[in-house]
Amino acid sequence: MKQFMVFVRKEFYHVFRDRRTLLILFGLPVMQILLFGYALTTEIKNAKIIVIDNAKDVNSEQLIAKIRASTYFSIVEGDDMGAAFRKGEIRCAVVFPPGFGNDLLHGNTAQIQIVADASDPNTAKTLTNYLTAIINDYQQSIQPMVTIPYQIQPVLRMLYNPALNGSMNFVPGVIALVLMIICTTLTSVSIVREKENGTMEILLVSPFNPTYVVLAKAVPYLVLSLLDFIIILLLSVFLLDMPVRGSLVLLFMESTLFIISCLSLGLLISSVARSQQIAMLMSMMGMMLPTILFTGFIFPLENMPLPLQLISNLIPSRWFYFIVKAVMLKGLGFGAVWKQTLILAGMTIVLLTISIKTFKTRLS
Amino acid sequence: MNEKAIICKDLTKRFGDFVAVDNISFDVSSGEIFGFLGANGAGKTTAMRMLCGLSYPTSGEAAVAGFNVFTQQESIKKNIGYMSQKFSLYESLTVRENIRFYGGIYGLTNQELKEKGDELIAKLNMGNESKKMVGDLPLGWKQKLAFSVAIIHQPKIVFLDEPTGGVDPVTRRQFWDLIYDAADSGITIFVTTHYMDEAEYCNRISIMVDGRIDALDTPANLKKKYSAETMDEVFYALARGAKRTAD
Repeated sequence: MKQFMVFVRKEFYHVFRDRRTLLILFGLPVMQILLFGYALTTEIKNAKIIVIDNAKDVNSEQLIAKIRASTYFSIVEGDDMGAAFRKGEIRCAVVFPPGFGNDLLHGNTAQIQIVADASDPNTAKTLTNYLTAIINDYQQSIQPMVTIPYQIQPVLRMLYNPALNGSMNFVPGVIALVLMIICTTLTSVSIVREKENGTMEILLVSPFNPTYVVLAKAVPYLVLSLLDFIIILLLSVFLLDMPVRGSLVLLFMESTLFIISCLSLGLLISSVARSQQIAMLMSMMGMMLPTILFTGFIFPLENMPLPLQLISNLIPSRWFYFIVKAVMLKGLGFGAVWKQTLILAGMTIVLLTISIKTFKTRLS
Repeated sequence: MNEKAIICKDLTKRFGDFVAVDNISFDVSSGEIFGFLGANGAGKTTAMRMLCGLSYPTSGEAAVAGFNVFTQQESIKKNIGYMSQKFSLYESLTVRENIRFYGGIYGLTNQELKEKGDELIAKLNMGNESKKMVGDLPLGWKQKLAFSVAIIHQPKIVFLDEPTGGVDPVTRRQFWDLIYDAADSGITIFVTTHYMDEAEYCNRISIMVDGRIDALDTPANLKKKYSAETMDEVFYALARGAKRTAD
């Protein structure tokens, strides 16, 4: 046991003296959270549009004022819509025909043309939806008396996230992503470094059991990863207003399980990789893309073709993401996530067995 | 001196069809400095790995420090020290921390670590450097430190795999002083080298060619036998017959 602690302490020295490791360990999570929290968002704000008002009456002025007031749009000056679109200066254009107000009040139907740059279809769709909503809103406000008989009125309720806050979706994803990258990268690199430096040989000639070498490597990174998890959690609660509705203890236990599965993956990589660079590439690039693609926090898994959906089942972070969302956002208990936990535990056991086995066979 | 530190009988290691080590037999007495020579690819490293308990022999028998290489690898590991040709201390740890780490994994108590550490630092004259990162030390110092760390737990035998590669002649000489000191304190030295002047420092040497031991005697006897003036000539006479090419 004392030998074990000697080893663990040495491992901590390595971590705290290596600027690169520290950067990955603490820079990565903070950067990811800030990036996803503030920079990368699917919401559209301040999209540039042109308004061409051929009516110039009270109603068109009022409607323009409403558009101007919304945070989604910022109106740019100009009247050559074609040129502005071609140059990419605007996303959208709104055209009022002459006599708009008159048509609206006396002719019962008035038209507004909305033109959008659909080279980016998602944005175009979102913007036209926003505009339609503003127009409908305006229509209601000027005709409060009109009630249509037999009207179906949908009553919407957004569960768990009434404000449709985007960070609710990505924070659990970022937690999964960051833990995955950090655990696999750091363990694999640190073991391969021992091989590269020739210190692994010395360790193996010593009476220190090879399995302990693996465990002693894993313990510091488990501790550090949990620390990372706490940092991410604090950042998302205090900076991004994320709720933690479920049990914190459960969340920690599940994270520990996930971290162990990532550590075993890192161990597996270390037994294949011959140099630190290869280990780094394999765990950073090789893990990052599948994690981003198949966890489901950026691209919905339901929309993927069946083969890809099946592949996604093999990615541990997918299950962990589900668990974090269930516990953090929905406030559910173990009863709701036992199946995912079981899958994750199964994966961990398989990975750990394979990696310890390959580690041992490589030695002999 | 009659006690045998290493006894090797018909030791063989095969990798598929390739016979890396071919029926070698020799023994090394306690306190002896035994030079284990051979061209690259002759099978030295493989033989050494078997003796250190890192791999199992295919056939034959061997005992290291009185323990069987098949069944008592763990006991062997407790009784040997090892220094590889690659520098094997942690560069991002200080001199003191390296001593504590390697002493620690051999199970030395804190008290022993402190005493041994002080003794070692005084002996190597590293008082001012003990808090420096090992990576900042010159190579010669590193090698001397690595050797001292390899014997910090007072092993019965220490295996040195080309310990002086890339080191200047003066430092090599100092390094051999350390080896003699260790041998005087009763530690058996098992050393591989490519420097023939170092071979002369050994009590006895063996020369491996193509997995076999072709010669084993004191340097003086070998020179006489091959009517050579230097060990260089002896080595060349033997290694010339090798069929294997270096790896």
